[in-house]
Amino acid sequence: MNATTRLDRRLESFLRMNAAVAGSITIGIVAYLLLESLPALHAVGPLRFLTDPSWNPVHGAYNVVPMVVGTLVVTVGAVLLAAPLAVASAVFGRFYVRGALSKLQRRVLETLAGVPSVVYGLWGLMVLVPALARIGPPGQSVLAGVLVLALMILPTIALVSDTALGAVPEIHLRGAAAAGLSRWAIVRSIALPTARSGILTGILLGTGRALGETMAVVMVTGNVAQIPDGVFAPVRTLTANIALEMAYATDAHRSALFVSGLVLALLTIGLVAVVDRIAQSTGQDGGRTGVV
Amino acid sequence: MWFRLRPSSWFDPAWRWRVLSAPHDAVAHLAMWSASLAVTGVFVWILIDVLSHGASHLSLELLTAAPADAGRQGGIAPILVSTVLILAVCMAVAMPLGLCSAVLLSEFSRSTSGYGRFVRRSLDVLAGLPSIVFGLFGYAFFCHALGLGFSILSGGLTLACMVLPVLIRSVEAALQAVPDDIQTASAALGLSKTTTIRSLLLPAAAPGIAVGLILGIGRALAETAALLFTSGYVVRMPGSLFDSGRALSVHIYDLAMNVPGGDGMAYASALVLLGLLLGMNALATTLVQRWQKSKGLVFG
Repeated sequence: MNATTRLDRRLESFLRMNAAVAGSITIGIVAYLLLESLPALHAVGPLRFLTDPSWNPVHGAYNVVPMVVGTLVVTVGAVLLAAPLAVASAVFGRFYVRGALSKLQRRVLETLAGVPSVVYGLWGLMVLVPALARIGPPGQSVLAGVLVLALMILPTIALVSDTALGAVPEIHLRGAAAAGLSRWAIVRSIALPTARSGILTGILLGTGRALGETMAVVMVTGNVAQIPDGVFAPVRTLTANIALEMAYATDAHRSALFVSGLVLALLTIGLVAVVDRIAQSTGQDGGRTGVV
Repeated sequence: MWFRLRPSSWFDPAWRWRVLSAPHDAVAHLAMWSASLAVTGVFVWILIDVLSHGASHLSLELLTAAPADAGRQGGIAPILVSTVLILAVCMAVAMPLGLCSAVLLSEFSRSTSGYGRFVRRSLDVLAGLPSIVFGLFGYAFFCHALGLGFSILSGGLTLACMVLPVLIRSVEAALQAVPDDIQTASAALGLSKTTTIRSLLLPAAAPGIAVGLILGIGRALAETAALLFTSGYVVRMPGSLFDSGRALSVHIYDLAMNVPGGDGMAYASALVLLGLLLGMNALATTLVQRWQKSKGLVFG
């Protein structure tokens, strides 16, 4: 008996050690980003990131406002476009078709969620950008970024919403149907309000994905560091800026890229915290639906 | 969950009356169908686009030859080798770490609840971090601080950090799907927890763990941004794990963006990548289905 408890205790401490490594990766990442950001925060200072005339690190100008605006515009656009479509897809799969069609629809969404971002980027660059160029040159633009990103985050939002809609108690739905409500009335006044927090979680997860997406955005947005003056203007996001300049950046420039990485990390951590809060307040396991 | 409301046909007077008296319902019906068809349509569009442009370049040479003319000609053999090596490093590190963490979280977390909560919270954050942030971390930590440089090792280790949360979640779900009876019975027999885990829980959860591994490999295979400046761009056949090696997804990016006239081979590489990913998805689905049928368990 004594030997087995000792064995168990040894196993537990071994497992604890492993979990400690796994758990400390996050801390390590934030710590390293902070460490690498310090030189830029020292040499350039936080204020100059907002007040410098432009982003031109080779000549010592570090204005990141165009990239922040670019990231926000593309992300917000993508979420506004994807969220209604995604929720409609989820409602469709749950309440408007059944059997094989419903299963097929879910399979399509799951497959879309697994398509690599570089393939979305390739499709965007080869198909979408030339098509947009015919309407409003140069084609590589805010709009192209919004469309590709919307497509990328749609499956995430749809699958999480689908899970949330599946958790609506069947007796409520049957009761409403027995009371003679139309299908749309049931969806609008029973299913959607009940699944609200789950759907919100899906939208926040999608927002996080859009915020951090790099490859697809680099390939279709044109990457000009300017505040866009329309949907057909090219734009550069924070993530694209890192991907494009990291290869040759040195000293303060390199460190400035780490600052933008740190900002991105903190933003996504904030989103995760909000999702966590929602999950706790509703007692649902919002973030752990097996989608992300 | 499906419940039949009324027979829905224009020829049915009752249905016609419903549509005319409740136009919202009809509009919603139409909207749901069009939204779903649009999503499926775009999916089919992407698939056909990649298939039609990539299929013409598909040949045995693609898989066996080295790239020539900056990748416009030849094949992708060294790139496939680099990709496999990066994945091998990634899984060799992430698998034991993930398995141990998942067992701790699922089997010991009540006794270590504060600690378990910390690890869980931290993994949730890790799962949400953008891949480019992993790339920055890998570049600063593995390439520079540990002195591994642009290498397959750096890339694999960076990816290991990335897939760890996915892996742990799937394995945890698989462990939790094992019926509690097994543990109760084994405790009643006086077996130690170690024996229970090793000889009962892990074998019972093995198919679910396999699914988790496949999902993890899929996630790693699809990744580009984290590899750009950790495993590098070099297209030579790698001689060791300390050599730089270009992953398949990075190859697609480079051909599409930096090589004029490289789009044919970019599509061919994308087709290979998609084929691998869809194949693995199908494998995972079959495994889950077979497992559920044989055990009567519900995964996930």
